[in-house]
Amino acid sequence: MLDNLPDAGPFLSVNAVKTEIVRRGQGRPLLFLHPELGLSPAAPVLDALGAHFAVTAPSLPGYGHSEFPRAWSSVDDLAYHTLDLLEALDLRDAILVGVSLGGWVAAEVATKSCERLAGVVLVNPAGIKTGDREHRDMLDIFSLPQKELEAKCFADTRFAAFDPQAASMDEVHIRMRNRETTVLLAWSPYMYNPKLAGRLHRIHVPSLVLWGTEDRIAPESYGRTYAQRIPGAKFQTIAKAGRFPHIEQPQEFARAVAAFAKDSGIAPRK
Amino acid sequence: MRVYHFTEQPYPDAWVKDAESLRVVLPTKLLDPVKAADLYHEYLDAWQLCDEIGLDIFVNEHHSTATCLTASANLILGILARTTKKARLLGLGFPIANNSNPLRVAEELAMIDVISRGRLEMGFVKGVPYEVHPANSLPVRHTERFWEAHDLIMKALTTHTGPFSWEGEFFNYRNVNVWPRPYQQPHPPVWISANSVPSARPIAQRGHVLGTVMTGYKAKDLFDEYRRAWADSGRKGPVPFDRLCYAGFVGVGHTRADGNRRGDMVMDYLRTNAIVGEAFKNPAGFIPALPAAQMIKKTGKMMFMSHDLFAKDGRNLGAFSDADLQCSIDGGLMFTGTPDDVYEQMVDFYETVGGFGHFLMMAQAGRMSYKDTEENITLFAKEVLPRLKDYTKARAKSWGIPERAVA
Repeated sequence: MLDNLPDAGPFLSVNAVKTEIVRRGQGRPLLFLHPELGLSPAAPVLDALGAHFAVTAPSLPGYGHSEFPRAWSSVDDLAYHTLDLLEALDLRDAILVGVSLGGWVAAEVATKSCERLAGVVLVNPAGIKTGDREHRDMLDIFSLPQKELEAKCFADTRFAAFDPQAASMDEVHIRMRNRETTVLLAWSPYMYNPKLAGRLHRIHVPSLVLWGTEDRIAPESYGRTYAQRIPGAKFQTIAKAGRFPHIEQPQEFARAVAAFAKDSGIAPRK
Repeated sequence: MRVYHFTEQPYPDAWVKDAESLRVVLPTKLLDPVKAADLYHEYLDAWQLCDEIGLDIFVNEHHSTATCLTASANLILGILARTTKKARLLGLGFPIANNSNPLRVAEELAMIDVISRGRLEMGFVKGVPYEVHPANSLPVRHTERFWEAHDLIMKALTTHTGPFSWEGEFFNYRNVNVWPRPYQQPHPPVWISANSVPSARPIAQRGHVLGTVMTGYKAKDLFDEYRRAWADSGRKGPVPFDRLCYAGFVGVGHTRADGNRRGDMVMDYLRTNAIVGEAFKNPAGFIPALPAAQMIKKTGKMMFMSHDLFAKDGRNLGAFSDADLQCSIDGGLMFTGTPDDVYEQMVDFYETVGGFGHFLMMAQAGRMSYKDTEENITLFAKEVLPRLKDYTKARAKSWGIPERAVA
């Protein structure tokens, strides 16, 4: 059962769900949805994005210190929560960015409503099924030993380093809780919503699928299919990065998002 | 005291050397169905023999593994329900949190109970972590799903007035109406396995049999917790012994050397039990985040499995899965030697943990032949069991504790 952690940072109550929020920078609003690893408030990507945008980065429910209501069990719940968050913070014409599982959440959000969105960036997103019934699109992260998982996810596994002895109890607890939430959301069907691919046409704002080329969990063709399903979406790769380009290439990542916004005519805002 | 013979129906020819995992991913090209048929028949023959020599029968199940060919406990019990006459038939059991259809489980249990004319002992288990991959069952909220399945099965077996609907968090049925209804009324005895102290409480609250498997002297802590919870929930009098069960290993021989030789063969269970791929040992969410984190901080490793074994004097003997024959004897896991040795060890264990009413003995494992198995269980039944029954009966009387909840 998912437990809830004590307060440890700035929280926002979103429809009565305690949500941990990091905010950085100024300009056009950008909502950043972290992947299954969760989000460190010290992540360099937050400052890198903050140089271009007014970044809001929540810990999704069940991740970090954010609450996970007992009645919840799906990415759908997280998508509605994110819509609630956009309203609660009154974010308008925002750029929605999500990585891996966060990309899945972002795609679900945008298929439900683009009302508050100016653009969508899906980064090595999960969430759709492209192959036949006997072929999984993504390697089963729940069946891989830790070292192998890291090697498949990262171009440089030094980015995956974690020493449970040096880490605080809180950090280890969050890491275990993030895993637990991920398995709850993505165990079966594994990392996809069977309905999502058929709904991607509803994303009618400028969109980019960004792909870390050294992702060995899902193939690049998966990302290309994703982009083809979204009207007018662009596909772009990011080198020397695996499944989590925002961790391995934070500057390049932020530049790519900023360039996409500029090219799409999404003007910076003061 | 009732004693149940147990084997996991192993397929040792597939225990390839240096295999990373004997479970979940082991390919079936390593199994010869002709050999498997022979083994099934031998294992069934040994259980059949139990019926003739006064032992009861205990069957479990595991999936996708060469350590246990019982992929369905109910199927084996279904066979034995017809072919045996006296033995109690214990399934411990049915991993109901992993089964996608508890209603089907209830139907099968009812059939076994009726065919056996009321000899089913109905055990439910939460299952081990490496069962979630074969079952595709969600590791998170596993305990909640277990209890919902339990509640549904109990209601299904005890409702005789036509269908009811069930719209739960995990299971949804429009028409629950199990035919036949059980032979034993209101329902067959319910057993639930537990290997941690807090897990004993909800079992006691429901008055079910607590089955603790290979926990060694730690069984005492579980039994004590069961007794406390029994009293806390307003039940009158001491806990009858038939509410408490312990499972261990047995090797008996005419000579001590022969008994120890058989005991050592049974140890092959332990030697192979923990050969499981890392990701399957620790499925995310199977152990809730906080206790998982506490374990990791304690050990410094991102792994959590296997309980420690303790000697009678409290000495830590190391991980259960690493125990050798001597550790197993010292840890109250293994009862081995001549019939006298085994009797004395069992009485000593019984006294140390405060008594129990059922003993599940793994008397076959690994490559132990039918001949060795036959002699192992026959010697136990003839040379150990009568004395043990007398002893525990007298002891229960002297403690003023009933042996049975229902006479």
